[in-house]
Amino acid sequence: MEDSERAAIEQARAGDGEAFRVLVEQHSRAVFRLAYRMTGNEQDAEDMVQETFLRAYRQIGRFDSRSKFSTWLCRIATNCSLDLLRTRQRRRELDSSAAPSPVADEPAPDRLVLSQQVQQKVAAALAELSPAERATFVLRHFEGVSIGEISRVLGRPNGATRHSVFRAVQKLRRALECVR
Amino acid sequence: MKHLTEEQLVLYYYREGEELADVEEHMACCDACRAACQDLESALRQVEAPVPERGEDYGSQVWQRLRPRLEQRRFWTWPRWALAGGMAALVVGAFLAGRFGPRPVVQPPQPIAQPVRERILLVAVGDHLERSQMVLLELVNAKGNGKVDISEEQQRAQDLIAANRLYRQTAARSSQPGVASVLEELERFLLEIAHGPSEFSTNRLEEIRSRIEAEGILFKVRIIDSRILEREKSNAQS
Repeated sequence: MEDSERAAIEQARAGDGEAFRVLVEQHSRAVFRLAYRMTGNEQDAEDMVQETFLRAYRQIGRFDSRSKFSTWLCRIATNCSLDLLRTRQRRRELDSSAAPSPVADEPAPDRLVLSQQVQQKVAAALAELSPAERATFVLRHFEGVSIGEISRVLGRPNGATRHSVFRAVQKLRRALECVR
Repeated sequence: MKHLTEEQLVLYYYREGEELADVEEHMACCDACRAACQDLESALRQVEAPVPERGEDYGSQVWQRLRPRLEQRRFWTWPRWALAGGMAALVVGAFLAGRFGPRPVVQPPQPIAQPVRERILLVAVGDHLERSQMVLLELVNAKGNGKVDISEEQQRAQDLIAANRLYRQTAARSSQPGVASVLEELERFLLEIAHGPSEFSTNRLEEIRSRIEAEGILFKVRIIDSRILEREKSNAQS
């Protein structure tokens, strides 16, 4: 942890709101990246960034300075996104005629530059994963978080996390089979 | 060693699992498993999720939006609580009015009214259980040196109490004693958190954590939640 970050954390703990700005500016892009991959949608990701920093600000007194601040934020962002994914899943099940996730239908222009068909399949398959599968897969595959750490973040047994990663990989492979 | 299972291959790809050394040894001498692993690797290499670009000044944009919310925190405390309780009261009220209210003598045919009411209630209770789980989980995972500030969980527990009480009473009236009993246990924890001190000593936190684990409240909430999810699914399909 850099000295400037450590100092900002200490000042924010002491109630200095401006010191928290340094932390927000330093970590916003990483939190957005994680939130976008978790939610698959820009507006939701922006909301999750706000919610993550809001919770972090309220809970900063309990941050253990022996850990990495970025890991702690990742845990908060994951839990915020999981809340949203679960709510969204329930809404979708309630409204069985709901359209699929916007990610599947409205790929960003830069995505078209890449293999459009594959990316659309991946986005659609990610949108179909259960909240736990999506969270564990995003953390393991994109963020490189170990299964043990994911289990701690989500408060689940290791075996359940391993199984979620496995199920997510299976579903994604199945979705990609027809474009290979 | 037999050929590797798909799950072992996935764990090997991420270099995870207690059997990693055995799996590596097997890979070195098994062409079929090496081929299966290469197949998996080529599939997973395609799994990219491009993220929209955010400029260098993104952090300050986030801060500009966030700052007023940090200042308004106290202002929002009461309306959030009122909103949560009010919404629960509306959902439960609508459900009970349909289920137990007087029936008009001549009733127009409304074949989907009851299932829709039940689905709305299931979704609301499911959301409530998810939020309650998060509060308990954050307490279980809370760390601190000496004192731990739990004012955030306390606020959220306070928000959940009124809704929990309504859902518990509804479950009891709807002959769902299992759900009612878990909600009753949950309510005891929520009350204890909401009405206790906003700072816990690490000993006190450890005590609460042990009780959450010993009484299995998180597990029970998850079970009820997954049953509700199943019912939501079957209702949505029917």
